[in-house]
Amino acid sequence: MPKYSFTLNGKTVQVDAPGDLSVLWALRDKLGVTGPKYGCGINVCKACTSHLNGKAFNPCVTDLRDVAGKDVTTIEGLAKGDQLHPVQEAWLEQDVAQCGFCQPGQIMAAVALLKRTSNPTDEDIDAIENVCRCGSYFRIREAIKAAAAKMATPVAGPAAGGPSVPDVAPGQLPATGPGVATAAAGAAALAAAAATRLLRDADETEA
Amino acid sequence: MTDVQGYDDTSGTDAAGTSRRRFLTYLMAAPTLAVAVQYGLLDGVADAVVPTQPQQAENFDLGDFLILAGKPTEDQLIVIEVDKAGKVHCALPREEVGQGITTAVAMLIAEEMDVPLANVTVTLAPGRPELMYNQLTGGSNTMRSVYAPTRTAAAATKARLLAAGAQRTGVPISRLQLRAGLVVGEGHSIPIGDLTQAAASPTLAMGAVEVKDPSAFTLVGRPQNRKDARAMVTGQLKYTNDLEPVPGLLRAMVRRPPTINGTVKAIVNEAAIKKMPGVRALAIIPTGVAVLADTFGQALDAKEALEVTWNAGTVDAEDNASILDTLKAVNAPLGPALGDAVEGEFDFAFVNHAPMETNTAIADIKATGGTVWAGMKSPIVAAQFIEDDLGLPRGSVTAVVTQGGGSFGRRLFFDGALEAARISKAVGKPVKLMWTRVDDMRHGRARAASHHLVRATLAGGDVVRFEHHVASVETDFRHGLGEIMTANGAAFGDPALIPISAGGAATFSQSVFGSTIKSPYNFGPTTQMLNEANLPMHTGSFRSVYSANTRGAEEIIVDEIAKALGKDPVAFRIEYAKDPRYAAVIKKCGELGAWGTKLPSGFAQGFGFHAEYKSCTACLVEIDARDPKKPRVTKAAIVGDYGLPINPRGLESQLLGGLTDAISTTLRAGLHIDKGLALEGSYSQFHFARQKDAPREVKIHIMPATTGEPGGAGELGLPSAVGAVANAYARATGTKPRRFPIIFPVDFTPFTKGTGSTRVQPR
Repeated sequence: MPKYSFTLNGKTVQVDAPGDLSVLWALRDKLGVTGPKYGCGINVCKACTSHLNGKAFNPCVTDLRDVAGKDVTTIEGLAKGDQLHPVQEAWLEQDVAQCGFCQPGQIMAAVALLKRTSNPTDEDIDAIENVCRCGSYFRIREAIKAAAAKMATPVAGPAAGGPSVPDVAPGQLPATGPGVATAAAGAAALAAAAATRLLRDADETEA
Repeated sequence: MTDVQGYDDTSGTDAAGTSRRRFLTYLMAAPTLAVAVQYGLLDGVADAVVPTQPQQAENFDLGDFLILAGKPTEDQLIVIEVDKAGKVHCALPREEVGQGITTAVAMLIAEEMDVPLANVTVTLAPGRPELMYNQLTGGSNTMRSVYAPTRTAAAATKARLLAAGAQRTGVPISRLQLRAGLVVGEGHSIPIGDLTQAAASPTLAMGAVEVKDPSAFTLVGRPQNRKDARAMVTGQLKYTNDLEPVPGLLRAMVRRPPTINGTVKAIVNEAAIKKMPGVRALAIIPTGVAVLADTFGQALDAKEALEVTWNAGTVDAEDNASILDTLKAVNAPLGPALGDAVEGEFDFAFVNHAPMETNTAIADIKATGGTVWAGMKSPIVAAQFIEDDLGLPRGSVTAVVTQGGGSFGRRLFFDGALEAARISKAVGKPVKLMWTRVDDMRHGRARAASHHLVRATLAGGDVVRFEHHVASVETDFRHGLGEIMTANGAAFGDPALIPISAGGAATFSQSVFGSTIKSPYNFGPTTQMLNEANLPMHTGSFRSVYSANTRGAEEIIVDEIAKALGKDPVAFRIEYAKDPRYAAVIKKCGELGAWGTKLPSGFAQGFGFHAEYKSCTACLVEIDARDPKKPRVTKAAIVGDYGLPINPRGLESQLLGGLTDAISTTLRAGLHIDKGLALEGSYSQFHFARQKDAPREVKIHIMPATTGEPGGAGELGLPSAVGAVANAYARATGTKPRRFPIIFPVDFTPFTKGTGSTRVQPR
């Protein structure tokens, strides 16, 4: 059996399995890492959403051989010890979860979004495809906005330099439309530069 | 101040039966319990409407029936334990699938015992056969059925701790109090953990056991976030598939037939499959061919590579059109109209429950018995059924209840646990079974399709008669009341699962229909009846059972009646509401959602109302249907009256969930049955709402306590929202929606039937 090695939540792991075994089952059945959930197996429910080299990916449709030598982060690796990620904190404050099954994937998708853009618009949030069968979407939306504000707030203020160009990846520019910025999102906009700095710091810490 | 009797008198519409029931409930709960709510007639409530005689669901609903069935075992239901560290534990004999019941029960215990909420842990009890009919999680009945027993048990625990404190200190019980987990008084302060041993003594001299007056509640009734949320957001919460309770669990998947209830004729390539990587065993079971492997990935590969020949299923010739024909044939016609009438004929497609966690179970079955682990809402009958199916003695199978990844009615049944047990017995090893999404959607249970004939007869500017004839594919209630005797009584026969048992099914369905469906309006003599078509398909109760379709259709007609009478739909509902509580909720919701706001062309508001299980709710949505094929609900305002709200935060969650269910099933989510199997196989095809379909603005208001007893919560939010979404769509597009979901093309390439293939994804 071939062996594949990759970094999982900061630690090097090795898996003895065929190269075409999906990462989801390598994580769950070989490594006992069960945060990423099976919901469809074909990348349409997104319940398994995790990060590969800091970007959202779906382990259910990624072969084990394709993560060799790379950096995988699952929901288990998001908090730093007992210190939750601001997105996780926002999820608790907004009391988002009902059954909770999709929420690891929702949170990883939100963290990835906030890495791309510190001040996501409603259109950006609409583009998150993760299914929540309990229908908690509105609270997810509110939690993402609260997390964006939370990540901007610590160094926010008049000295922060005011609005700047958000850290938006190509293809992620907000669509024009009747989107209405909320107070939370507005506050985040004021500190976009600071937030961008924070997010980059976070990127480096996780890498 | 007035009591409940006074409230009933004020409402002027409820019969004496209601008062008697409440009296009994109060007596059970506590002699000191009293309610202090002043009711007056709301402006806009006219008395010229034609009253409707009380309906069964108003006097004695399904929840009352379930509570009554649980009475003989009620004193054993809730067991509270205090450990030496002062932590309080309760293993709740109900199933948590996202409703927030473990948090709500912890709140009741913390409230009654005066211990910090953080010190109370509520877990899920395994199947407890001695509870008989009192371990079924359904009918929105958990908080209704555990409210009094939990408070009583917590109050008794507190009384024991105070008595032990009195014994230790010599201070009379009356001068001691329990505060924040300490027994205090006269300068003493003893952690309750230090008193557990003395408190457990059978010879302890006890003081009176009194539950708190709800007016003294400091925790119950205030918004509380979920206690299990941290485990969820860190990935630590263990669902069935995340557990390894015994070593050496083989991963099991089942290759299923190309039609519902088809059976295996032969396996063609058994030897080749057994040589595949990680594959350990194959077994033919009543529902297909089980493949066992080291990982689910390998089991899935082998399942897809299997070549199997199949015998016919039970509905191979059926499709949505033929099923609709059958429903029309069994429905009783309305008869000639006796005057001006507003009429509608409605159709609702099958809807998969589609919980995020597919049917999943672990089973370890040995020659003399064993254990199953799964998210189960009826664990007693699950174990009993497995015992009978495998020829094991009664009491030999333990059902361990795990927290479920959603249910929406699905986990009333134990299809996964039964199948896992059969496989474990067949291969002689412990197994972990998971259904693929495709199988869960095509072979899992669904809400039955239904057909509706609704008519309101008008005379003299009023509604003088209301008729609603429902035809539905039979809903499977074989979980009964959660125990084998009533389960057999509800059997209608399904060759793949359960031996045919005569009779019972129709009676059970009629009982559920009659004890849940009522009209909230004074529309004169009212007839609501159910006619069933017995098609051997996999159905089951879906959130709000008959109400989503039945009451949803009625709320659409209500708007059309108002229009025919030249009245505003919200004012009309207030005018005809049977109960001042209803009128108050409708009025509040209209205010919350700014009913009557002028909107651009293509946008519209819609309103719906629903009452069941002693609760009621109104929903107002705004829709953007400028493109009628791509509508989006943009805003929602919802108001709920739960009699006695325990955790408003959790109730808001349930209303939000009901709204999303309604948006989905009204606009785009349904199943196309084609040659005996659903075409839809995953979320890319079954269009349950995603973030882009959900409103960006939602306001929810929970009414303060109105009756003093908790009403049902989990299912309440769906039917009113169905009405609101459909009515908004109707107004925005100038159409009369009659078939649901409204937008329902086969806009995908179906997965090949019988292969269960999911590796390649046509989108």
